[in-house]
Amino acid sequence: MHVYILRRLILMVPVLLGLTVIVFLIMSMIPGDPALAILGSYATPDNVEKLRADLGLDKTMVEQYWIWLTNMLQGDFGRSYSLNRPVLDEILERFGATLILAGTSLVLCTIFGLLTGVISAVRQYGWADKALTFAVLIGISVPSFWLGLLLMMFFAVELRWLPVSGMYAIYGGGDLPDLIRHLILPSVTLAVVATGIIARLTRSNMLEVLRQDFIRTARAKGLDENRVIYRHAFKAALVNVIPVIGVQAGFVLGGAVYIETVFQWPGIGRMLVNAISTRDILLVQGGVVLVAGSYVLFNLFADVLQHLLDPRVKA
Amino acid sequence: MTSNTATAPDIKAKKRSARPSAFKLLARNQLALMGAAILALVIALVLITPILPLPDPDVTDPAQRLLPPFSEGHFLGTDHLGRDLLSRLLWGTRVSLAVGISASLVAALFGSTIGIVSGYFGGRTDNIMMRGIDMLMAFPYILLALAIVAALGPGLMNALYAIAVVNIPFFARNIRGVTVGIAHREFVDAAKLSGKGHIRILVTEILPNVMPVIVITISTTVGWMILETAGLSFLGLGAQPPQADLGSMLGEGRKLITTAQHLSAIPGAMIFILVMSINLLGDGIRDVLDPRLKSGALARPAPLTKIDRSDEGTGHPVADDTVLAVDELRTEFVLGDDIYKAVGGVSFSVGKNECVGLVGESGSGKSVTALSLLGLVASPPGTIAGGRVMFDGKDVFDMSERQVRDIRGGKAAYVFQDPLSTLHPLFSIGDQLVEAIRAHNAMSYKDAWAKAVKLLGMVRIPNPERRAENYPHQLSGGMRQRVGIAMALANEPQLIIADEPTTALDVTVQAQILKLMNNLRTDHGTSVLFITHDFGVVSEICDRVAVMYAGRIVEMGTTEQVLGHPAHPYTKRLIDCVPRLGEPDRRTAAIPGLPPAVNNLPAGCAFADRCERAEDKCRVGEISFDDLGNGHGVRCIKPMEAANV
Repeated sequence: MHVYILRRLILMVPVLLGLTVIVFLIMSMIPGDPALAILGSYATPDNVEKLRADLGLDKTMVEQYWIWLTNMLQGDFGRSYSLNRPVLDEILERFGATLILAGTSLVLCTIFGLLTGVISAVRQYGWADKALTFAVLIGISVPSFWLGLLLMMFFAVELRWLPVSGMYAIYGGGDLPDLIRHLILPSVTLAVVATGIIARLTRSNMLEVLRQDFIRTARAKGLDENRVIYRHAFKAALVNVIPVIGVQAGFVLGGAVYIETVFQWPGIGRMLVNAISTRDILLVQGGVVLVAGSYVLFNLFADVLQHLLDPRVKA
Repeated sequence: MTSNTATAPDIKAKKRSARPSAFKLLARNQLALMGAAILALVIALVLITPILPLPDPDVTDPAQRLLPPFSEGHFLGTDHLGRDLLSRLLWGTRVSLAVGISASLVAALFGSTIGIVSGYFGGRTDNIMMRGIDMLMAFPYILLALAIVAALGPGLMNALYAIAVVNIPFFARNIRGVTVGIAHREFVDAAKLSGKGHIRILVTEILPNVMPVIVITISTTVGWMILETAGLSFLGLGAQPPQADLGSMLGEGRKLITTAQHLSAIPGAMIFILVMSINLLGDGIRDVLDPRLKSGALARPAPLTKIDRSDEGTGHPVADDTVLAVDELRTEFVLGDDIYKAVGGVSFSVGKNECVGLVGESGSGKSVTALSLLGLVASPPGTIAGGRVMFDGKDVFDMSERQVRDIRGGKAAYVFQDPLSTLHPLFSIGDQLVEAIRAHNAMSYKDAWAKAVKLLGMVRIPNPERRAENYPHQLSGGMRQRVGIAMALANEPQLIIADEPTTALDVTVQAQILKLMNNLRTDHGTSVLFITHDFGVVSEICDRVAVMYAGRIVEMGTTEQVLGHPAHPYTKRLIDCVPRLGEPDRRTAAIPGLPPAVNNLPAGCAFADRCERAEDKCRVGEISFDDLGNGHGVRCIKPMEAANV
């Protein structure tokens, strides 16, 4: 077990490196001279030259990458020029808010996705299955940013049950109940698509597993049907669904960009959108590396979990 | 899985041949059809938009700003600059569709090229390309698109590129998988030998074969791409004013959400309708083109076989020392308009401490008979269509699910053929034994575990304490079968139904298992119904034997009667198939022809077409099962010899 985790951790290193290379390559596609962009059109050639040297733009691409990477490893992500503070401070602060939102959504979509899929499979072709299948279809087709607006209009603006936006109330908020009230609408909205995908996959996997010989064996042993479905079939199906839940973490982290914008959630997604508009490239770079890196970590976690549940998966 | 195909091989073959054309299948899928209709309507609308009598979508009119829907002259109202919303919606849909479809095609082009090249050349090319694709997939989907837009700058074309790039991996992976599968097929080798260059082979041989997968992938991703490009525009990173797509309209509407809800509700609803209709159609296309993924459409087998009896057998009284009495059992599979009579009226009984063999070729209905006894035939499509199964003096088909469950694994237990697929792969064998024990006994987990270890010792598994912790895949085939037998013994059953328990094993292990079962019979007084196709096994373990052909018993008697003096030509041919030690010159003639399909049984004797003794009267009416004396019976009007043993 420990060997397996260690192996996976070592295998993660090239993936993380490749990830930084891709981010670096994408950012080097930026047309024009970043120094000129920062200084504006009134800059003197001297100033531009000095800034280019400061930014390391006079070096080769490989050197630039190496400097950027080693700096990052030492915790130096550069300085955001639009916010005038270290990129690392900003992204870590924002990332906490995103983790709260995305984490809650991931828990919601896992619970409801598995539940929906299992109920759908057990009641195959019954009215519950038909209703759930249709709901799932709507769930994976609805634009989350639009759904967010609709929910906000209905539950926050019309009914006034929940706050419209933000993470904490401006006055008198800041405690856990306040956070939860603010979290409900965005996390539910963010979970909808992933719930649909997990539900679909759980349903088809359950149906497949229920036809396997070992299910017939379980019945031949005289086990009651609930045990057959919820212990024998569900465990076998879950092993196949877990990697997909890992992939959903990526969809949820990415989808957070929309939801944070809609609900004014102070997370890293909204920060990225703002940074793109203000062309604060260092901030974008840092944010993307952090989020993508944590996604890689989460997938590792999903793999380890699958390994724990399925003794057949070899290291 | 394996036993499904083994018990009903002709069902599968039939299904494939009867498969209607792809187009018909798609037309039969109502939801897909609905999706196609909506999509066609939207596409038709946006195609004729330029000639519709609509106001210019970009002309502002401050006097007419924020009109609600159904206003005069503005069917859907106007936006904050007084622009006609219906006109903007249609023009915006045009843009969104065009961008989404273009992004799809770009992704399909590059992704498929990478996939085909990677899959065709393999080796290092494949390795490098796929590692690159893995890197791209290590990013959360939208995040990579955001990074690309950040670098290129906001704009509709840049959003299109970004969305296309992040979808390339899906195409590359799917198409590579299919290409790898066909890159070494005969027709590709033939093309190479004929001197065609790589590029010509890729275009003329590989591409046509991977096209369906490309179409499936496009149909399942195009909805996403429309959604994601709209999303980027919504964030202000896609379409820039005055140009508008659905996403940027929604983004603008959002700012006025409290005053004019229709500005965000309408474009959002349009995206939703578009994506939903594409997804409906895409699901339909996928189901038609990729039957592998259709498994979800399979019906879930019920806990108990469906019982729909037209009769309850002959109702002959059951003798006292009989454990199991099967009376005119009929089991059918209904598939479409066809009825497969897998078991067509089978009667036999198993006495106390007796071992009865049920012998026949695969497809003869012997396994379905065994599974029918306690309602374990998968249903749908299986149905008990008639007859009775008397166990312990009661009709199993009259019992409630609960009562049948109490018998299963309790008084009657199964041993199945392939223990690798019949044991649960994710539970230790100890756990699975404990479960079998506790299903019928109120016992603590600890006590049950101790008993499980004892059972493993009883079936001669060395080191049972440690082995109990093992998972099925860690055991050898013979060991696994011993576990299967231990599980059957868990609650001291009166009857063990063994469905080809030795077929998957090699000969020495087979002999050990047979010896084990024989010992258990003498030690515990258990009755056994032994299903097999192997007369060698029958002669070693069975007291009596019944031979099945095309769903019916054609001969039954004591083992000496049937093996020594076979009365049915089929039995005789079957015995002749078995090679004998010390007689190398003996012909082991296979029986010419195939058994008849059980959905289309001929009148008269089902074996007539393969029988060299057949006469005209063999092909008319029902052939009765006649007693030849001493309990030896045969379903033949011209038995081989007057059996007087």
